[in-house]
Amino acid sequence: MIRIQEEDIDIGAELAALAADNHRIGGIATFIGTMRGLSDGNTVAAMTLEHYPGMTEKQLHAIEREAQARWDLEASLIIHRYGRFQPGDRIVFVATAAPHRQAALESCAFLIDWLKTKAPFWKLEETGDGARWVDAQDSDEVATARWRDTAK
Amino acid sequence: MKVLYFAWLRQRIGVTEETVPLPSDVTTVGGLLTFLQGRSDEHATALADLSVVRVAVNQDYARDADPVSDEDEVALFPPVTGG
Repeated sequence: MIRIQEEDIDIGAELAALAADNHRIGGIATFIGTMRGLSDGNTVAAMTLEHYPGMTEKQLHAIEREAQARWDLEASLIIHRYGRFQPGDRIVFVATAAPHRQAALESCAFLIDWLKTKAPFWKLEETGDGARWVDAQDSDEVATARWRDTAK
Repeated sequence: MKVLYFAWLRQRIGVTEETVPLPSDVTTVGGLLTFLQGRSDEHATALADLSVVRVAVNQDYARDADPVSDEDEVALFPPVTGG
């Protein structure tokens, strides 16, 4: 399941719902992305995340389908927030549930790596020098590419 | 054709979206980018370096050689920074 929302993410409630009454699940892996208060050594007071409604949902659905095709998963969840954030705020939540830990852990890493390079979101940071758009990181492309190399 | 802009492309061009009448000789993403560069000084500045411009056609990533038509929804944006 995927969800794009402005409101905060209730991790406990989401995890309970993900695994509810499914006793084939033997492990759940999670990733929670939060806002850093430092960027290139500068203090960031707040950040605004903009996205492309419609395309975001389409791309996240495609990434989730890819994960479900590659790994033996019982359930998966991607929640990505948009709007204005302050340091420490939760931005993204990924959870994967599988009979065994390896599928859960690997697919969770796959999902976060892929959404960082494919999901149409843009970060605008507010620093002491004014607002600036965050540049994409080459390291994120490298992280995504390693899943291409290990395609099953 | 509906063209959408996001992040700093939206700010530099000054509009969130615009309806662009597509000339008959513009049939690919690459051709569309060249055409859009000529629309105004703001377009020319924002689209000067196409290595930092990503294109989606009907909400899927597209490359220069991919076809475009008047009914498409095209979006131009910088490399993404979500997650």
